[in-house]
Order: sequence, then structure tokens, then C-alpha cells
Amino acid sequence: MNYELLTQLIVNGLIVGTLYGVVAMCFVLIYKSTQIVNFAQGEFLLIGAWTCWALLVKFGLPFYIGFPITLVFMVFFGILLQMVVLRPMIGEPIISVIMVTIGLSMFFQSLMSWIFGGYAKSYPQVFETESINILGLQVQTAYVMSMVISVVIMIGFYYFFKYSKMGLAMRATAFDQQVAQSLGISVKKVFAASWAISAMVSAMAGVVVGMINGVSSALSFFGIKVFPVVILGGLDSIIGSIVGGLIIGVLENLAEFFDSQWLHLGNMYTIAPFYALVIILMIKPYGLFGTKDIERI
Amino acid sequence: MASAHSRMKCGEFRTTYEQDTTIFPTPLARRVAIVSVIFLLIAPSFLNPYFLNLGIQIGYFAIAALGLNIVVGFTGQISLGHAVFFGFGAFASAWLNNTTGLPVFFCIPLAGMMTMAVGLIVGIPAGRIKGLYLAIATLASQFILEDFFSRADWFTGGAYGAMANPFSLFGFEFDNDQRYFYVVLFYLVITFLFGTNLLRSRDGRAFIAVRDHYLSAEIMGINLTKYRILSFGIASFYAGVGGALFGHYLGFVSAEGFTIILSIQFLGMVIIGGLGSVMGTLLGTAFMVLLPELMEAGVGLVGHNAPGLTQALAYIKEMSIGLAIILFLIFEPDGLAHRWKMIKAYWKLYPFSY
Repeated sequence: MNYELLTQLIVNGLIVGTLYGVVAMCFVLIYKSTQIVNFAQGEFLLIGAWTCWALLVKFGLPFYIGFPITLVFMVFFGILLQMVVLRPMIGEPIISVIMVTIGLSMFFQSLMSWIFGGYAKSYPQVFETESINILGLQVQTAYVMSMVISVVIMIGFYYFFKYSKMGLAMRATAFDQQVAQSLGISVKKVFAASWAISAMVSAMAGVVVGMINGVSSALSFFGIKVFPVVILGGLDSIIGSIVGGLIIGVLENLAEFFDSQWLHLGNMYTIAPFYALVIILMIKPYGLFGTKDIERI
Repeated sequence: MASAHSRMKCGEFRTTYEQDTTIFPTPLARRVAIVSVIFLLIAPSFLNPYFLNLGIQIGYFAIAALGLNIVVGFTGQISLGHAVFFGFGAFASAWLNNTTGLPVFFCIPLAGMMTMAVGLIVGIPAGRIKGLYLAIATLASQFILEDFFSRADWFTGGAYGAMANPFSLFGFEFDNDQRYFYVVLFYLVITFLFGTNLLRSRDGRAFIAVRDHYLSAEIMGINLTKYRILSFGIASFYAGVGGALFGHYLGFVSAEGFTIILSIQFLGMVIIGGLGSVMGTLLGTAFMVLLPELMEAGVGLVGHNAPGLTQALAYIKEMSIGLAIILFLIFEPDGLAHRWKMIKAYWKLYPFSY
């Protein structure tokens, strides 16, 4: 047994897991407040990462200017998407809403490939040192930064929902749209805000992943990987998405480890989360922290 | 009774249960259907190879799309993994034919049966979960089965793919497009008749009851689990038959062809055609097959001046599919079938539309 490899993989898993957690949080945010399952979550990462890349490489902006511009762009993008495409879908059956986001995902994925080409492109060097030594393990600086950013985002989310007016309005809307509306909350604004925040935070994650692995359409697979995470954590639980993200992140790395050591099946890294997903759906469909749907006649 | 006939009907009204459950709603519809089948029978003699090829594509995709419509449109379940069943059918038929030497004619329905068995297994979660959760479970089955295709060398040939023999019946080979057109047409007519008939049966009505209000359906004594799983089984059967026809048409089945993009395209066919409409499935499939071709023709027209467009053709095709799905859902959520009904109603009532 190779303990060093195992620890390295677990650390990797935790780091990737926090990123999954962040993306899942954005997904849950949209689901909770607007009841829409966003299959285009991965495309937010993709669009954010490509926008930032274009600003940095094509326009030669420094990172500390390019990154905020990307985030502002994503806020407007999220609002626009909600207003133009998702607002007409309010009240439509679930299949239509799902299909609209799938259509969006297909559209933007190919649009991005058209504009930026199908090959992975790497970010310019943002940090001066490649990797730092933590407790004897070599960890890439970008990984450390991603961890820090993710934790900051999570704490930000916590305070946003606990204390800010918009956050409280969102929670109220998630709880009951009609009651929220009758209390004077603009549900339209809440919907737009949740898409904006979700797009912006996903773009942050996209930029971070882009810095580590390079930007390519593979980024949008995060949007698919988010499903095992949210099913494990519970579709409407922010805490659940973080816990689920960490578990799935570690799980896929462990699957990779066991596979490389003993099983030699190959491709376990990609496929293990989906087996986990099916098992969870069979034994505990509402996940670890999800609200159980009780049906009343 | 003469007086009843003298009054002109200003719409299509059904006054008996028999009228409500006929295969064709009006005698005219039956005649149109028969005439169009006869037209298709003579079509290969004058259609050029390009359109013949498109016709065959529409045929096998429509069979699979009808299956998806039975799950999505009639039973109200969401399946995001239809492409892998399509692929499974293609591999199963090729595998049966290659290993046992059974004639392809028998392999196709058998492949449908094998796919049905897989569909029933994959449909088991449908007994427990519904809606969104089911959509995600089928998404997982898409990736799991895709992974299975790439590693099951004995079944699919792994990375090399599987060879599929041309369709043959009693030594007569249907090896060119003109002959194969008839094979696809035969299966298309059979499966569509079966599909329409299914909806007139007890099972079909149960599917619709489950879709419209599953709680009421359960209270009326419909076994929800059974019908949800059954609809998956039937859908997989259709997908398997469509896939088998696809495999024997191309002569080669590769594990890469059955990605989630194809699943989305199948859903697009069903939604653009009209959820819960058998005829709409055919319209939607034709739309989905012709749209990329139209894009290609359009790009070809302006291609001399814009070489960038020609290079990006694959992306443009995908974008157009995504965009078509979005636009249809926003502006015509009931699909082409509904649009067609509106056109018919307009002419029926013309010029006094009120």
C-alpha cells in the first residue's frame, strides 16, 4: 500500500471537493429560491473562465483587474439569462424547465467552443511560486488559493443568508413564494439575484479550475458532477452541498486509488460518483440534509 | 337521422367512446395516412440518395423517439439516458448476429427485447422516485452504460467498435439505401401502429393517468411502480429496435456515438414534435434531423466569403439544436403537433373563425 500516494489523493480530493461544494452551493441556491434545476451550471464555470482568460490574454489586463470585471460581467449575464429565458418558464411543467436549461447548456458550450476553439488553453502565470510545502506535502499554490477562495465564499454565503436583507428575502422566497410576495418581497428581484449570485460564484470556481487545469470545454463537466454532490447532500441544503462536495471529491480520488492499486478497471475517477448517486437515490433519495417531501392530498 | 347529417359540423366532436378511441380521429386522417405510406413505398424509385439517406435517418430515430415519448409524453417520467438504450440496441443486434449467426431480421426484435430487459433494470429507481430525482438517476445511467460500452470488449468491441452485417432476409440482402428504406419503413409502420394502439389500451390509459395525476391514479387502483417501470421497458424496446436499425444501416457501431448529446437530441425531438403526440414524434424527428442539414446548406451558401463558418460547422449545428429547443419551449411548448392542429382548425373554420 502506497500511503504517500493515498494522502496526496485525499488532499487532492478535499481540494477538488471544496470546489464541488462551491458549485453545488450555487446550484442549490438556484434550486432553493426558484425551483429550477440548472443543468447549465457547468457552463457558468466555462463562460466565466473563458471571459477571464480573454481579458487576461487577449487584452493583457493584470489579474486583479480582469478577475473583478469577469465577476461583474457574470452578474449581468446571470440576470439577463433569468429575465430572457427562465422568466417565461415560470409555471411550466418540470420537464420543460429542465429542457430549457439543457438547451442553454448545449448552446453555450458550443458557442464557447466556437469562439475559443476546442483545445485547452492555459492561464498566464498568476502566482510567483509554483507550489508550497504544507506538512511535507507539495501543494500547488493555485490549489491553496482555490481552497481559501472557496472557504471565503462559504463564509460569505453564511453571513449573506443570515444577516443581509436580500439573503433573508431569498430564504423567505424559498420557504413560500406567495407568503414572501404578500410581505412585500419582490420575487422577481429575488429570482434575478439568485441567478446573478450563482453565475458569479460559479465563475470564480471556473477561473480557479482554469488556472489549475487550463480552460477547455471539459470545465462544463463540473455541472454534471454537481448532481452526485447535491443528491448526496440533499437538493435544497446549502450545508449538504458542502459536505456532499467534500465526500464526492474524496470518493472519486479514493476510487482512483483503489482502481490503480488493485482493480485496474480504468475510468473509475469519472464513473464512481454516478454509482454513488444511484445507490443514494435507492436508499436515501432526499440525501443527508435534504427536506423530505411529504405529500398531502 | 337525415337531419343530423344536414347540419354541418363546425369542428371535430366526439360523441361516443368508439369515436374517442379510434386509431385515426377522422376518415380523412386515415386516408392521408394510407396515401402517405403508399407514397413512401414508391419514394425510393425517384428520391435522390441524399434524401433517401435522410429518410432512413428520420425512420430509425423516429422509432426511438416514439419510445421516449411514451416515457416522457405519456407517462410523465423524465429520461435523460435514451441514447444509451439506442446504443445498446445497436450493439445487441450486431452481437447476436455475429455470435449466433441468427438472421438480422430476427436479431432486431431480439435486440429490442434485450434492451427492454436493461431498461426494466434501469427503470427500477422509477418505482421509488419521480420527477427531478428520476431525471438525475437516468443521467447517472447514461454515464454508467456509456462506461460499460467502452469496457465491455466481448459485447461492443471496446474501443474498436463492432461490425454489423447488412440486413438480409432469406438470402436477399438489403444492402443499399433503396432497399434499406423499405426495411426502416416496415419497422416504422409497425412500431407506430403499435404505439398508437398502446394508447387505446388499458395500459396506455394507465400511463396517461399516471402522468396527469399520479395520486388519483393510485387511488383508482393503478399500480404506479408497475406502470412507471413498464413505460421504461417499452421505451427501451423502441430505442433498441431503432438502434439496431441504425447499427445495421451503418454497418459499424462505435462506442463513442451514444453520448448525452444524442440523449438531448432525442428529448428535443419529442419536445419539438409535441409531448404525448405520436404523429408529433415523427414531425419532431424530421425537424431534428433536417435542422443540422439546413445549417450545413446555409453555411455552404455563404461559405465562400466566411471560411470561419465552415470550420465551425459542428458547433453551429449543436448551437442550432440547443437554440431550437429553447425557442420551442418558450414560444411553442406544445410542439409542432399543436401548431399543425392550429393550422387544420384555421382551415376548417375559414373564413368564419369565431
